[in-house]
Amino acid sequence: MRDTPLSNCERDFLLKAIQEKKRLDGRQTYDYRSIKISFGTDYGCCFVDLGKTRIMAQVSCELITPKENRPNEGLIFFNIELSPMASPAFEMGRQSELLVKLNRQLERCLRNSKCIDTESLCVVSGEKVWQIRVDVHLLNHDGNLMDAASIAAIAALCHFRRPDVGIQGEEVTVYSTEERDPIPLSIYHMPICVSFSFFQQGTYLLVDPCEREERVMDGLLMIAMNKHREICSIQSSGGIMLLKDQVLRCSKIASVKVSEITELINKALENDKKARKTGGKFGFAESLPQERITALKTDVSHVEMSDVKEKANEIVQRAEVPPQTVPSPVLTAPGTGQVGEGLENSWGLKEEEEEEEEDETVELKMELEEGHEEKGRGNYLPKFCFPWVSETDSPGPRSVCAVFYGHSLQDSTE
Amino acid sequence: MVCLFVCVILSYFYVIIHVVYKVGNVLLPGDVFSFQMPESITDSKPEKVVCGPGLRRNGDEVLVCKSGILRHKQPNLYWIDSQQRRYVPGKGESVIGIITAKSGDIFKVDVGGSEQASLSYLAFEGATKRNRPNVQVGDLVYSQFIIANKDMEPELVCIDSCGRANGMGVFGAGGLLFKVSLGLVRRLLAPQSEIAKDLEKMFPFEIVVGMNGRVWVKSKTIQQTLIVANLLESCENMTAQQRQTLFRRVADGSI
Repeated sequence: MRDTPLSNCERDFLLKAIQEKKRLDGRQTYDYRSIKISFGTDYGCCFVDLGKTRIMAQVSCELITPKENRPNEGLIFFNIELSPMASPAFEMGRQSELLVKLNRQLERCLRNSKCIDTESLCVVSGEKVWQIRVDVHLLNHDGNLMDAASIAAIAALCHFRRPDVGIQGEEVTVYSTEERDPIPLSIYHMPICVSFSFFQQGTYLLVDPCEREERVMDGLLMIAMNKHREICSIQSSGGIMLLKDQVLRCSKIASVKVSEITELINKALENDKKARKTGGKFGFAESLPQERITALKTDVSHVEMSDVKEKANEIVQRAEVPPQTVPSPVLTAPGTGQVGEGLENSWGLKEEEEEEEEDETVELKMELEEGHEEKGRGNYLPKFCFPWVSETDSPGPRSVCAVFYGHSLQDSTE
Repeated sequence: MVCLFVCVILSYFYVIIHVVYKVGNVLLPGDVFSFQMPESITDSKPEKVVCGPGLRRNGDEVLVCKSGILRHKQPNLYWIDSQQRRYVPGKGESVIGIITAKSGDIFKVDVGGSEQASLSYLAFEGATKRNRPNVQVGDLVYSQFIIANKDMEPELVCIDSCGRANGMGVFGAGGLLFKVSLGLVRRLLAPQSEIAKDLEKMFPFEIVVGMNGRVWVKSKTIQQTLIVANLLESCENMTAQQRQTLFRRVADGSI
């Protein structure tokens, strides 16, 4: 589906409002929307809400062989996906420019800044290292995807625990979570992206643009920084020309914002750790408020029973008379007996079948006759045939087992 | 409260037990619809029951095709009250569209559905082949569907059956367009709408409500326009009480 075009009226209004220094949702120029960070049940699953933009990040790990030129470093792999539920403009499987741009920026921000100690991911140098994979899914698009994605990715990485590994000489054992507590990744610092959008030929800037503001902006500046005021990556897109003091001003604003956001992430991680320790509800269960619909809970439902009896009687009358039940076994041939109805069975009558299979698989067949089903009562008789050892005792072993139509079993020898 | 059972087939009992749907129950897509005949109409001749949105006839039975609460209006109208944001064009509905292209004799209009609708040059009041309407790409139009089904491209017109504009046509400059859910739009357009009445008391403004979830607001100053837009967007999940307290607070504190 194509994306909704921006109408002239919206564009004019937004630009006029920005000239009067008013934003659509009433924020100030340097204000972020409210950020909410929550974690899932698994270690490494993180949800971030930036206003209405919603992103989920999931971290997982596996053991692989390292690169040849870096034998004792682990690998980190990033992947952002734009889900079609985020916006009508996103389609599954289509590599859009936006997707490539976001992927590249996230990689640059997190991998090139070396925020994760890759050497600690090495298990056996040259043979086995951990590969950490970060999958970021966009669930709702309301602007400023880059910031939300970076917050989600770094929070998920901080939250993640990898399985413990024990090395004894040549042997490497990977312990599961039950055997030994998983250990967190070693993270040096937390780089966070802050986006600035420019209007009016670069004279006016807004922090954290929402989706509409992104559509009318002239250009975008993205600064990735950590709380120690180290810039990890700067990217400017849109082709606007920025002055040096504008960029410096932006970096000052970014450092303030980054320290606030890092505070927030740490607090969220703390809360989650506490909740897990005390056994409280965490993860997905915590985000489900009590009054919502739960799948297994139902109220009394009204079931129409008024004419069940008539219908049942009708069906019973229409059914055929059920065959007579045989109370006692019938001996049709020496060595066989039958309890219940059914077809004539040839068990034990033909000598050839005696040689058959020990290897033949035996299947239990229980067949209900049609008449029985409609009776509405549980009165049915399966057509079991029991091999009866004849009175004239044979020296062979007694085999008593239920038989199954038509298949002959080891039967007692005549 | 969730009522999930559709029909229960017990083995050994080839009897299908119907679940009676009372008005106010939650239904899910795929449920076969059967209902209790209200006493008042059992005497009269058989019954035409009008199925509103969310119910669809499938051969002999009526199926539920949207999840929501079953509603009933006397004498014989049933429908499913559901909350959604994506719009599906329906005949006769008035919507706000955005012109995306001019091609040949028609405009292509985006209405928020899966396909773009077409709007003919001549479907404006007073338009002739020589006298074309003054419409540019990116303008907003308020128009009505004359064709909207799943087999054909939807078509819009800006005149009613008598040839008069009747409030439809191109928008003037200014104002703000924003999107809300379809449920809120229906609440706004209801004849005795509480929300509309509360809003009127605030300050003067112009508003156009399209059934595709788009609302256009224009007021004297930008600040007031933003206030109205934000109030409407926040009305979605508020009870009447909360809404009235909010409106009162804004009215007291507003410029």
